[in-house]
Amino acid sequence: MGEAPRRAGYLAQAWLVVVLALLYGGGLAAVETLVGGRIAENRRQETYAAIPYLVPGADPGHTGELLLVGDDGRETKVYQAVGPAGEHLGWVVPASGQGFGGAIEVLVGLDAELGTITGLYVLEQRETPGLGDHIRGDAFRSQFRGRPAEVPLSVVKLEAEAEHEIRAITGATISSESVANIVNQALANLRGPLARQAGGGG
Amino acid sequence: MRHEGPTALERFVNGVLPENPVYRQLLGMCPTLAVTGAMKPAMTMAAATAFVLISANLLVSAIRGLLKPHLRILVFTLTIATFVTVADRFLAAYMYEMSKQLGPYVPLIIVNCVIISRCEICASKQGVGVALADALGMSLGFALALASIATVREILGSASWFGLPVLPASWPGWGIMVLPPGAFVTLGLLLGTAEWASKRRATTGIWATVRGLWSWRR
Repeated sequence: MGEAPRRAGYLAQAWLVVVLALLYGGGLAAVETLVGGRIAENRRQETYAAIPYLVPGADPGHTGELLLVGDDGRETKVYQAVGPAGEHLGWVVPASGQGFGGAIEVLVGLDAELGTITGLYVLEQRETPGLGDHIRGDAFRSQFRGRPAEVPLSVVKLEAEAEHEIRAITGATISSESVANIVNQALANLRGPLARQAGGGG
Repeated sequence: MRHEGPTALERFVNGVLPENPVYRQLLGMCPTLAVTGAMKPAMTMAAATAFVLISANLLVSAIRGLLKPHLRILVFTLTIATFVTVADRFLAAYMYEMSKQLGPYVPLIIVNCVIISRCEICASKQGVGVALADALGMSLGFALALASIATVREILGSASWFGLPVLPASWPGWGIMVLPPGAFVTLGLLLGTAEWASKRRATTGIWATVRGLWSWRR
């Protein structure tokens, strides 16, 4: 049997799958066009609602947004947390990376001097329900508050002793380490640009 | 060559109780256990599953003449995954909080065997009308099953139903009922009750079953 008839045979078998895949792809693109903006707006509102938690005392209404080019050459939108009287209190930096069950997206709060982490909020995660999804819980997230922002965080399985240590969630070491790595990478990537912003009078 | 199967009415009625997806077929156990801690997430899940089941059944039934036997499962999965993605995006757009609460369980509707089994058993063999009735019956049966478990768990665990307080404030709230063990215990007891009732009805009729339940309660 020649190459051409065999290929025609495949197509005769599979044309329905191909046509359906194209139709469904088009349909999903239409759905995304229809509701994508609304989902983005929901996420923006969630981010703004989290800002007073991430940088204590910040007023979401005064928050400034700016695009910074990180050391990896990519643009990232960061939020400048401002108090009710207009004083610069700190920064909120989005960070994302691979977790155990899928992508994890977090927001990291930093003080104005970029010396201390002031809070952590999990926007998106697909970790194992009942184990890894405890990264959303306050018990895990509150550990990040007050940690140094210059030293990379490390995850330990027992009681955290050093200042830069985060205690892993039992049964979810990979999820815990993923969050710490995501925070470390984002801080390393954006520390320089943020410092230039702050130094340049922001 | 025409396949003669159950009529639309039979398909609908069977889905609700006689072939209830949870209590009789033991399908869709993952959402049954995972999102029945309270009525609101359970009913959102039931509605999303119903949307996917009805859409997939209608579409598969409409193209059933074109299906190739060895590629049909691929077509079912592709169809189901598409409608699940649609449901997921609409939940994220219009019910953002609920969408976050349900988390990975909405995408997991793709692997809910209730849906692919209806595509295989009914929609790929029977007409659009019967497939619609089948999907409606199964969706209703699935919703009733989730509601029964969520009712027990939310009332005993949180003293509320659909978020409204139904038990006196002195009720301590059995925390375990909201947690995963409560799901297993409730499902096991309700499954046992359903099995016992159907056995008894088969031998002694419905009134004897009701009397039996009553005497056992006393």
